[in-house]
Amino acid sequence: MSLDISVIRRQFPFLKKLRDGKPVAYLDNAATTQKPENVLHRLQEFYAEQNSNINRGMHPLAEEATLAYEEARKKVASFIGAAHPSDIIFTRNATESINLVARSYGDTLRKGSGITLSVLEHHSNVIPWLQLNERKDIAIEWIELQEDGRLDLSSLSTILKKKKTKLIAVTGLSNVLGIRTPLQDMIALAHEAGAKVLIDAAQLIAHESIDVQTLDVDFLAFSGHKIYGPTGVGVLYGKQSLLESMPPFLGGGDMIESVDRDGFKSAELPRKFEAGTPSIADAIGLGAAIDWMQSIGIDAMHVHTKNLFSYARKKLSTTKKLTILGPQSDEGLLGCVSFTVDGIHPHDLTEILGRKGICLRAGHHCTQPLHKFLGITASTRLSVAVYNTEEEIDRCIEGIEAACRLFCKR
Amino acid sequence: MDLYAENILDHFRSPRGKEPLQKPSVEHHEINASCGDALTVQLTIDDEKITGLSWSGTGCAISQAAMSMLSEELSGMSTKDAERMKPDHIKELLGVPVGTRRTKCALLGLHALKNALRKHAKEKPQSWVETVGTEQ
Repeated sequence: MSLDISVIRRQFPFLKKLRDGKPVAYLDNAATTQKPENVLHRLQEFYAEQNSNINRGMHPLAEEATLAYEEARKKVASFIGAAHPSDIIFTRNATESINLVARSYGDTLRKGSGITLSVLEHHSNVIPWLQLNERKDIAIEWIELQEDGRLDLSSLSTILKKKKTKLIAVTGLSNVLGIRTPLQDMIALAHEAGAKVLIDAAQLIAHESIDVQTLDVDFLAFSGHKIYGPTGVGVLYGKQSLLESMPPFLGGGDMIESVDRDGFKSAELPRKFEAGTPSIADAIGLGAAIDWMQSIGIDAMHVHTKNLFSYARKKLSTTKKLTILGPQSDEGLLGCVSFTVDGIHPHDLTEILGRKGICLRAGHHCTQPLHKFLGITASTRLSVAVYNTEEEIDRCIEGIEAACRLFCKR
Repeated sequence: MDLYAENILDHFRSPRGKEPLQKPSVEHHEINASCGDALTVQLTIDDEKITGLSWSGTGCAISQAAMSMLSEELSGMSTKDAERMKPDHIKELLGVPVGTRRTKCALLGLHALKNALRKHAKEKPQSWVETVGTEQ
């Protein structure tokens, strides 16, 4: 069943507003998505009618807030196929989720243990491990890329043969090249070698249904705001046995069973990893975003964004002076495409497009190791969501051509 | 007025002051980490005067045009005057409204110049906050 995008667009207040008399073509969805009315309404409703702190107090409103928060956890668990709601830890964002693993699981590792990353990684899946290396003197190894940017799995096999790797931390979908990584193969290889796998699903979560149990992945991290939810809430999924074996991350209220002058006993999952008052409303808002996606039809959404992505790549590939980064074929690609335009710096290009209400991202997209591999310092990225249309892509292409005329005329 | 006014595009397409110096007194490289723009400034300094300047770099039209315009100003300027040059002066040279998100692009050349002078005087480099100033 194909979607009626005009009906979907009407549910996004951000898309209705004209800027300088022009509608916004928002094509920066890999950075963050816009929010549908039902998510905005749920946030308002929580603060106006249910606002109380959770897990505390016996008054009925506190219970209502706790129940709504836990309901959101159940929605997330079911959304990614987790075995138990308590396998879902609410964090601030995917970055914090990865930091939680690097701090907590990382601190259980011995000196010289190996952490394997890929050159595609976002800095959020690089820096926490470099920091762990500073604390613990672990060995960081890199899955190399093939010439077109896809992962070179033979380099992973070589690394695993050394039998040092404890964890492979890898993206499920590149936030620059749109490359979907071979997760099933990597997880099988890792488990065979006795290593765990963390997937940075910040991008993948928006473009593909994920079932953590079928994948048999050990940790998975994503942010709510890239799937039409509010900022301020992220998710860490972990296998129960692993999360139970890990020391707590942040210390404070709510993460303890008991405290005395000499020490403390951690609470059970998931509270052990949720110190302090969490982003209650945002977690509930994420639950509302999942409800909204399910009401639209998640598979149908993915079909639409995949088709639109292919359309964008096709149009960009025939635009003069423009070079698409990464693989030349669409095979196994999703969500975003990055490119350079001869003679125009990405910041100038996105500035010019932005004045026409066309929003794209410019820069290194928090992937300096990847940009070094590509031999450039910055690129321009176009990324799609369910509310985008072919007309918006066409407007973007026209904008790029106009920028070329401006910069190249003499 | 548009950010991409003809004078800016002209300096971007035909940058001035890029002829390398044979024996610079000092050479200094600065980058804008957020976008990867990079500038290297060479100065010849005689008797506390800038007698020669050359630059090279890559980046957006604003950073490159601002450096090109700045290079036209500097020849013969005393190092004291160059040290005192304010961010507003660069904005006047550009002659177009430079918003918050492009301020560092516009001031990368000034930042490189200031730190080239400091390097020559054997002083520690100044930070971006000092270059941008408080008038933001």
